[in-house]
Amino acid sequence: MIRALTYWLFRYRRTWQGTVVVSVANPLLFLLAIGAGLGSLVQGDVEGVPYLQFFAPGMLAAAAFQNAFIDAGFGVATARGRERVYQTAVATPLSPGEVMGGHLLFVALRVFVGALAFVVVMACFGLVSSVSVFVTVLLAATLTGIAPAALVAAWAVTVTDFPRLNTVFRFVVMPMYLFSGTFFSVEQLPAALQTIMYALPLWHGADLCRSLALGTATPGMTLLHVAYLGAMAVAGILIGRVTFRKVLYV
Amino acid sequence: MALIEAEGLEKRYPGTDFAAVAGIGFRVERGEAFGFLGPNGAGKSSTMRMLACVSQPSGGSLRILGEDPVVHGRALRARLGVVPQDDALDLQLTVRENLIVYGLYFGLSLKRMRAKSAELLEFAQLADKAGERVEHLSGGMRRRLTIARSLVNDPEILLLDEPTTGLDPQARHILWDRLFRLKSAGVTLILTTHYMDEAEQLCDRLVIMDKGLIADEGTPRELIDRHVTREVLELRFPPGEQEQAAEKLGGDVEVLPDRLLCYADDGDEVLTRVTEVGLRPLTALVRRATLEDVFLRLTGRSLTD
Repeated sequence: MIRALTYWLFRYRRTWQGTVVVSVANPLLFLLAIGAGLGSLVQGDVEGVPYLQFFAPGMLAAAAFQNAFIDAGFGVATARGRERVYQTAVATPLSPGEVMGGHLLFVALRVFVGALAFVVVMACFGLVSSVSVFVTVLLAATLTGIAPAALVAAWAVTVTDFPRLNTVFRFVVMPMYLFSGTFFSVEQLPAALQTIMYALPLWHGADLCRSLALGTATPGMTLLHVAYLGAMAVAGILIGRVTFRKVLYV
Repeated sequence: MALIEAEGLEKRYPGTDFAAVAGIGFRVERGEAFGFLGPNGAGKSSTMRMLACVSQPSGGSLRILGEDPVVHGRALRARLGVVPQDDALDLQLTVRENLIVYGLYFGLSLKRMRAKSAELLEFAQLADKAGERVEHLSGGMRRRLTIARSLVNDPEILLLDEPTTGLDPQARHILWDRLFRLKSAGVTLILTTHYMDEAEQLCDRLVIMDKGLIADEGTPRELIDRHVTREVLELRFPPGEQEQAAEKLGGDVEVLPDRLLCYADDGDEVLTRVTEVGLRPLTALVRRATLEDVFLRLTGRSLTD
């Protein structure tokens, strides 16, 4: 698995500077434009805190989730399709499971770096109150990205029709991105929609990040969120082991 | 012991009802250059994938280096070199990095791979391109790099899927020269091709595949002796006159859409007869028989169909 990861690190060596710039610029712009700019129009507090403070951890979770989808979805489909990275790797002693594991580790690393940059920007806005908040929020955001990554990779490796990824991005990821308690509280949604959102992963990620950032986390809810996201990651890995083998050992 | 032994080997893909490989048997001995010759869709690549231990046979038996590839795939792949048809190099990495990363896949250390990559680039005549991104390499260079990459683990068997398809004549000759060197160094070469000249140049022994089956097996010379005459006279006539001409001429004649092939040990003698019976071909050419003629004889089709 580490052998397969090394390949991605070699490639990352070429591009990491650019990706770090993007990882910093993105939250900076979002927090300025929406949190501070648009947020100044929001009357009063949201869930008891100023809008920027409410919005930032939600955005952090949403960004981690979206980045994970892009890396695991488009990254995996490209590696299997046009670039044939996987086919090259399985011609060596590496197994499909190791090839998947190596790529997922890399996706996790990228999600972590993105979240790290985001939390640093949050700290610059005075939104991180202590080192322990910094660390726990960072880990929570990373988990929010890792959770769907394996499942997305397990599916993306079977996709030869690239536009299908765009469709899922537009009609599955984007609605989650907007409605999972990221930009506004889920409680503002109609009851039926609320229930759906509570069942989806990004709400768990957003609520986990927010409760840790605001210091409102309870052990029960935190455990529930972590268990949900962890179970999703494990399910993705188990399914991925099957789909990767099926696609790469034809 | 043969390096590779296949008996009744089959490959069917899920969702299709025909067999890509429909029961073939062959043996490859150590140090040989063994070829699979056939048109696209003959089952060559499917066979190669099974030999590379990344595709499970659907039937029959296959032993590679004495082992069952389904059970010992991982250990076997460590002893094989694979040159895929489409190179599958990483365009964003440099020439040297492509080799290093691939070596790491085999569990070789970075230090070992730094030394090894220099040696391989020398062999592939790419030493001056080591730091260049693969994007900027020509097709021939890329193919040589792919061969260099397949050698990182000093394989006992090298599998080459259409090694010179798409290369210009000069690049092909450079590549053939490298393959000859490997063969003299004792590496067993197994290759697929649909080029007759390549099979004749490189292969000690070959099988001719068609529709998932082996049509015949032997050395290039044996196959030519067995199925065709020493020489072939090619005649072209205006469209529509081929059949008539063939009838008039008689003897051992194959009618193709665009020309007649007359098999004879002495082509000039047949050419004399052509004029004697009053035929006026547009062009006439006497040449040595090749594997293409063998293929045509065995399958009734030309290889480029």
